[in-house]
Amino acid sequence: MRLYDYVLSPSCYKVRLMAALSGVKLEIRPVDFHPGAEHRGPELMALNPGGSIPILEDGDLILTESSAMLGYLAAKAAPAWLGSGAPEETARIQQWLSFSHRLTASLGGARLHEMLLRPGDIGALQANGIAALRELEAGLFEQKMRGNRFLACDRPTIADIACFPYVALAPDGGVSLDPYPTIRLWSRALRSLDNFIEMPGIHRLHELKPEPRPCPDEA
Amino acid sequence: MNDDAMRDEWYPVGLFSQLDRGGRETTLMGAPIKVALDANGAAKVTGEDGRVLPVSVRYGHIWSSLGEPRKPVFPIPEADQPGRRFVDVGVVRVRCSPLRAVENFLDIAHFPFVHTDILGSEPHTEVEDYKVEIREEEDEVWATQVKFYQPQAAKSASGGITTEYMYRVPAPTCSVLYKTCPPRPGEWDVIALFVQPLAEDLCDVWPWMALFDDETPLTDLIHFQQTIFLQDRSILENQIPRLLPLDPGMEIPTRADLTSVAYRRWLKRHNYTYGAQLVAQ
Repeated sequence: MRLYDYVLSPSCYKVRLMAALSGVKLEIRPVDFHPGAEHRGPELMALNPGGSIPILEDGDLILTESSAMLGYLAAKAAPAWLGSGAPEETARIQQWLSFSHRLTASLGGARLHEMLLRPGDIGALQANGIAALRELEAGLFEQKMRGNRFLACDRPTIADIACFPYVALAPDGGVSLDPYPTIRLWSRALRSLDNFIEMPGIHRLHELKPEPRPCPDEA
Repeated sequence: MNDDAMRDEWYPVGLFSQLDRGGRETTLMGAPIKVALDANGAAKVTGEDGRVLPVSVRYGHIWSSLGEPRKPVFPIPEADQPGRRFVDVGVVRVRCSPLRAVENFLDIAHFPFVHTDILGSEPHTEVEDYKVEIREEEDEVWATQVKFYQPQAAKSASGGITTEYMYRVPAPTCSVLYKTCPPRPGEWDVIALFVQPLAEDLCDVWPWMALFDDETPLTDLIHFQQTIFLQDRSILENQIPRLLPLDPGMEIPTRADLTSVAYRRWLKRHNYTYGAQLVAQ
């Protein structure tokens, strides 16, 4: 399975992360997205006329949408990430998979503007990003009240992986995560999963120091 | 007044390979400028009022200045050495002082914590003693005999090695580092950070490399350096105060910070204070 990949792209990172979590080995084909704009060159445009990355190639199958790639990796190697199949759970997964595009357009757009000087209305991108974050915070809080730590149920699914990267990288686009405690807990839960991998801007969890306790002499 | 010394210095304002007749609009120390190719294919930089600004094309980048540079762009002799590959890494914007971007580049103590498992790893966190000087003749800051254990020092390194570094600061917003070259012992890989000051707390950073590495694909070299720099970016954007403090009352440096101490002293001596905080607040 070959991934056309850019190391700084949150959408490419979704696929790398899902592959790591589900134990799938990817063949990485680095794409010079910046500064070379290789994704707009003839070789990649032939593969994906949409001119975007990631692109996932597996035999005859060519995927250009990251949500489809997450579904494919999970179905192939780790079906538990697709949820239990219960109607409500399935619906929630689809709901958040679709929602993740709003994060890409808003927070992702703000990040490209602030970091790699791509054109855009930064005020509108940030405002839309904040609106999406508020919705996500409310959604995660409601889940918490139902006893669920993740977006669709009490275990992570492809919906969480679809939403996580652009949220975690919101500060790169000048959008703070400070106002969203439930998002931060959710992010922490995802980062503590076995086989989690990081990307630039998403740091690994550092070991917590031991609980402070009074010195025996003082007790 | 304080900006005057820095106005007469050279700054990177674009990649020559990406320049066209249409040009790009950008900012230099608060002033809008336009960088474009003229009818003869030469780089041209103009200020807001149509004033033609000084231009130089060196190390893959276009350099300009709002003032009158007294010297050419600083030399990097390795740029003329045969067999090296030159890598334009591309611009990254950072919401921080241009001086802070350079200072971070000079620091090695953060490697194990920010560039974990690449440029450093715990428990190998000790910074051994190294030498720092301000070379009067060249008027540059130099740090030499810097050694650090690195799990993956370069794209061409296969496994952990103790890497040796030299750092130099030849211009207020530029730094050049020399590090052990895994495929060619005895030579140094050159990695430079050219910083374009947009405002006192905003900059465009143009990393550039001159390496001995015939094997690694260009894109992999770019991605390696972008990975490192993007790990720094989130740290840089959260440093407080935003401007680089030149008042010694503000912070307590340790031995590992000797390069930074010399850099700040050198900035102060030359009145290079655009992006600096002079009095602790």
